[in-house]
Amino acid sequence: MNSFPFAFFDEGSKREIRRATLKAIAIPGYQVPFASREMPIARGWGTGGLQLTLSLIGKDDVLKVIDQGSDESVNAVNIKKFICKTTNVELTEDTAKASMIQSRHRIPEMPLREDQVLILQVPIPEPLRYIEPSEMETKKLHSENEYSGAWLMLFEQIVKFGQITSGADHPVCVHHRYVMAPSPIPRFDNAKLDHSKALILFGAGREKKVYAIPPYTSVVSLAFDDLPFQVENFEGMVCRICGSSDVYMDELMDQDGKVTYQCNDTSHCYEKSQRGER
Amino acid sequence: MGYVAVKGGSKAIEASIERLKYERLKKGRIINSEDIEAGMRLLIDQIMSESSLYDEHLASIAIKQAEGSPEEAVFILRAYRSTLTRNYYSCITSTENMIVERRISASFKDIPGGQILGATHDYTHRLLDFDLAHEDPGHSQTWLESYMAKNLKEVERHPLIPMPKVKKYLYEEGLMTQYPENNTAPDDVTKESLLFPSSRSQRLQLLSRGQTGALLALGYAAIRGYGAYHPTVSELRIGQLPIFVENPLDTENMEDAYYIGDIKVTEVETLFPSSDSSHQENQTLSFETGFGLCYGQNESKAIAMSILDHCLETANPAYPTHNEEFVLMHIDPVEASGFISHLKLPHYVTFQSELDAVRKTKKEE
Repeated sequence: MNSFPFAFFDEGSKREIRRATLKAIAIPGYQVPFASREMPIARGWGTGGLQLTLSLIGKDDVLKVIDQGSDESVNAVNIKKFICKTTNVELTEDTAKASMIQSRHRIPEMPLREDQVLILQVPIPEPLRYIEPSEMETKKLHSENEYSGAWLMLFEQIVKFGQITSGADHPVCVHHRYVMAPSPIPRFDNAKLDHSKALILFGAGREKKVYAIPPYTSVVSLAFDDLPFQVENFEGMVCRICGSSDVYMDELMDQDGKVTYQCNDTSHCYEKSQRGER
Repeated sequence: MGYVAVKGGSKAIEASIERLKYERLKKGRIINSEDIEAGMRLLIDQIMSESSLYDEHLASIAIKQAEGSPEEAVFILRAYRSTLTRNYYSCITSTENMIVERRISASFKDIPGGQILGATHDYTHRLLDFDLAHEDPGHSQTWLESYMAKNLKEVERHPLIPMPKVKKYLYEEGLMTQYPENNTAPDDVTKESLLFPSSRSQRLQLLSRGQTGALLALGYAAIRGYGAYHPTVSELRIGQLPIFVENPLDTENMEDAYYIGDIKVTEVETLFPSSDSSHQENQTLSFETGFGLCYGQNESKAIAMSILDHCLETANPAYPTHNEEFVLMHIDPVEASGFISHLKLPHYVTFQSELDAVRKTKKEE
């Protein structure tokens, strides 16, 4: 792999992606189109996040990659291997040690700091896509601040099921202006976006969009006054390894059908059990 | 617990990659990339076309690496392509300068220059040829020599010359509007992200590098009923197209441009009768054209492309095949296969969230 430049891209490509990123930071929640490159990792497997990481990473960075909460998930391992091959940067599983964190669909349980950047991989960047399939139309809706469709989608859930039934990727309003898809993070993580100390970047490689939540930006999950936003319910569940109870859980079944729970954030779980806080 | 064990993911991946290598080698034979290049001409053509990278040698290595999967081979070449510096754009070339190897018209029996069947599977019976299982290299060599001896003389007597386009005849009779050539530089879809409404140059690039099967399916839908068309192939031609780059010291003079080689392409022009809107009172019919062009010999793809090109030129909300977002956003081989295959990734977090939503509604019942 030595024939490839540092961080895979030529400097021109990196600059181009960083320019799009700067624009995204300047307009919180707005989807900036960028010329997404074809990567040696499959479209839909984190190429947007990967391109952001590669465009920003420097020799002194310490990188953490997680996939659905896990540092050791196949895709996280694969992305790490690729970035490491082309940059030789230090890798970590320890959230506190990382200067850059690329993640698929989770925000670490440990609160992030100002000197950290969180990069989320995005499959469908358009929060209005399931209401309006056409890109040309959704672009208009955003520019006209026309979000009735998003509200109606939630309202219809209430009419049909008596409550909001969105799963992950529950839409948020950023900086009182743009409705944004937070990427399929669970509703549990939406609160971590609001006034985050760390810069949060979103990269959608296949859909060729970059967007951002700058530090200390207001992020509100869409909901109604009389039916407030609800996160996933883990009441009474305790991690079988570290004993945590205020975190996002994986539900596990053994062969006898017995159900147990375990922290989804593996690095949080490992660290907590190491400290013997049980 | 699935494939997100808390530890050990790296080791499992290494083992999986080793197993993949084993599957490729386990029968104890090695296929040379030269053999692929020699015997898999049409697969190479398809892969070069979908990869937007004209290089038979690299395509044959990719096919070997991908164990023959076009989906995988195109993926590898596209990724490689994005690491290459683009130093030049080639000069505008005209397919009238093509050195034609095959050329047919479904519109006219007799065309100036004649119909040339060239090499095609079209007129073969698709009977499985069991003899190919044990082809004798000696026999093949003798056959090859006698074929060359017989045909070389013919070639010398009839040198390959550029041929006029069939549609010229329609221009001359006024049955088709002849538009001036649009020689503005195309919008490069690999350098700037596609915004809608798209330009024609963007549409043609995306169709030309689109997945063969996807184009076939959509083109078929358009002529079967979701578009209500039956086009006629004015001309299908296959041949070598010379490519030049400008001389940086003299960009005006084409005489000074550098010849960098030939590429083989399939070009298709189809005809669609349509009402001529220029005469408001007496409506008349005239022909409109659809254009298809792709690397190598890939005739069905080029024909399907010409149908879709015409569909997208005549937007019609009744049919998805006339909707540029519907067509252009879903025909890219790497994007489609990437997003479909990402469903194999763990979705434990997102599914847990869905479980929560579904359970909540059950509790309410």
